[in-house]
Amino acid sequence: MNAPDKTFLVVGVGNLYRCDDAVGIHIARNLNDRKTEYMIVKEQSGEGTSLMEAWEDYSHVLIVDAVSSGSPAGSVHRLDASKTIPSKFFSCSTHNFGVAEAIELSRTLNQLPEHLKLYGIEGKNFEPGELLSPEVELTVEKVADEIFQYITSIS
Amino acid sequence: MKKKTKTIKVDYLARVEGEGGLFIKIKDDAVVDVKLKIFEPPRFFEGFLRGRDFKEAPDITARICGICPVAYQMSAVHAMENAFGVKVEGPLRELRRLLYCGEWIESHTLHIYMLHAPDFLGYQDAIQMAKDHKGVVERGLKLKKAGNAIVSLLGGREIHPINVRVGGFYKVFEKQDFEPLKETLKWARDAALETVRWAAQMPFPEFEQDYEFVALRHAEEYPFNEGRLVSNKGLDISSSEYEEHFQESHVEHSNALHSILKERGAYFCGPMARYNLNFDRLSKLSQEAALQTGLGKECRNPFKSIIIRSIEVLYACDEALRIIESYEKPERPYVEVEPKAATGYSCTEAPRGILYHQYSLDEQGKILDAKIVPPTSQNQKTIEDVLRKFVPQYIELSQEKLTWQCEQAIRNYDPWISCATHFLKLNIERT
Repeated sequence: MNAPDKTFLVVGVGNLYRCDDAVGIHIARNLNDRKTEYMIVKEQSGEGTSLMEAWEDYSHVLIVDAVSSGSPAGSVHRLDASKTIPSKFFSCSTHNFGVAEAIELSRTLNQLPEHLKLYGIEGKNFEPGELLSPEVELTVEKVADEIFQYITSIS
Repeated sequence: MKKKTKTIKVDYLARVEGEGGLFIKIKDDAVVDVKLKIFEPPRFFEGFLRGRDFKEAPDITARICGICPVAYQMSAVHAMENAFGVKVEGPLRELRRLLYCGEWIESHTLHIYMLHAPDFLGYQDAIQMAKDHKGVVERGLKLKKAGNAIVSLLGGREIHPINVRVGGFYKVFEKQDFEPLKETLKWARDAALETVRWAAQMPFPEFEQDYEFVALRHAEEYPFNEGRLVSNKGLDISSSEYEEHFQESHVEHSNALHSILKERGAYFCGPMARYNLNFDRLSKLSQEAALQTGLGKECRNPFKSIIIRSIEVLYACDEALRIIESYEKPERPYVEVEPKAATGYSCTEAPRGILYHQYSLDEQGKILDAKIVPPTSQNQKTIEDVLRKFVPQYIELSQEKLTWQCEQAIRNYDPWISCATHFLKLNIERT
């Protein structure tokens, strides 16, 4: 069953017990508290084939995940999946077949959503624990606002 | 004559879940050192559980692993029920087996198609493989999705299921709720049968090992949640006797704990152990499919684990259909549980092997102490021992090819390093 054309799927990726790795989940939950008929919010661990299942019925998809690229903690990277996503970008993930691989396999199989954007939040602490770094925590409301405004402005 | 020393060093193993490393030192064409490095963080979850209510354990431990949350939930609830003297039977017990079927289908299919098959077919990864074998990869994705359909329905959501509780489930379903799953699973069973035949045609090196296999064994069933812990070398104990027979110890090169049998050392758990110790408990269809591949009732070649995982996927589809067809909604979704001061133990069969949970609780059901031993840390010493025997057969290969062979040999074990750790790296040194 395909979702209506104007429905955006937001997928928050991460693990709640890996400190900054949880930021995608926190942003997804922030968005889930804001109601709009044009947005569906899901949470995922980041395992690639499950991501492919999650987005298969949607043409507009936004992925929010923690990244580790060497930028200052709390930096927000905005990527478009129409270009190749470097897998090292998500080196903080413990999944070998993760976000970047899911995008490339979908592209190979002609299953990539028509519009797929990624919001990568630079983390600095991926050790076991529940707390976000202060710089990362500051991004939660900010990125959720940006995504919500983006969706409501287009829908 | 000058002596030759070679080091094989791979910092990050490809296509294993999690991150880890391997260091192999070769001197005069002899392997002198093998270290599988697993960097385990402090046992965060064990500490995190202390002081929490027993009811929280299933959902907290489910977060340890994104691929096998059901296994963590099942070991947690069975250990709690063991402590409180509760037995969950009838349809609730069957639903737990059904949930486990879903997880096995998902986890094994991910490994077979996305991580392991590229080794045999000569591709760098599943993305490259998909360019030449689109239909095969699509079949794998659809088969995995069938497992997800079970977990999503019964578990309440796609990842980190939330419907499991000590004593049963928060919500149970009407018989007709499972109807849509039937057609999906009938397709999946056929696809699993094709997967067994496809996997059996891969080129396998001649390489057999004298493992001590350890798995659960139940009087009637292929094991998921219950049974005695047995081995092919005489072990036959209940889960509550685990500590008397198994020992975890720190090794210098790895932060993960090495698990050994006190009497005999390294052992091997997971699909090959289950298959070798429980062939007679597989469904008729699964047994026939296995024998038709020429595999036999016993298998000691770790490369052929891809066939055995395929057979377990077939079994899980077959078993799921059996459970759905015979299901009658239970009167209550759970059995009442009265906490008391006690210690509970449980081993269940995670896709990668036995997952041990032990909890000490006070009279209110507050967790005083928790111990969790994942399958990958139990297999770590076996993986190192097998590499010592495997590498000499390929000692003349180039560094690049030998490294690839070693990585493939490790992938045979489907190490789920993120259950035991966060980061893993690989090195081979020749001198």
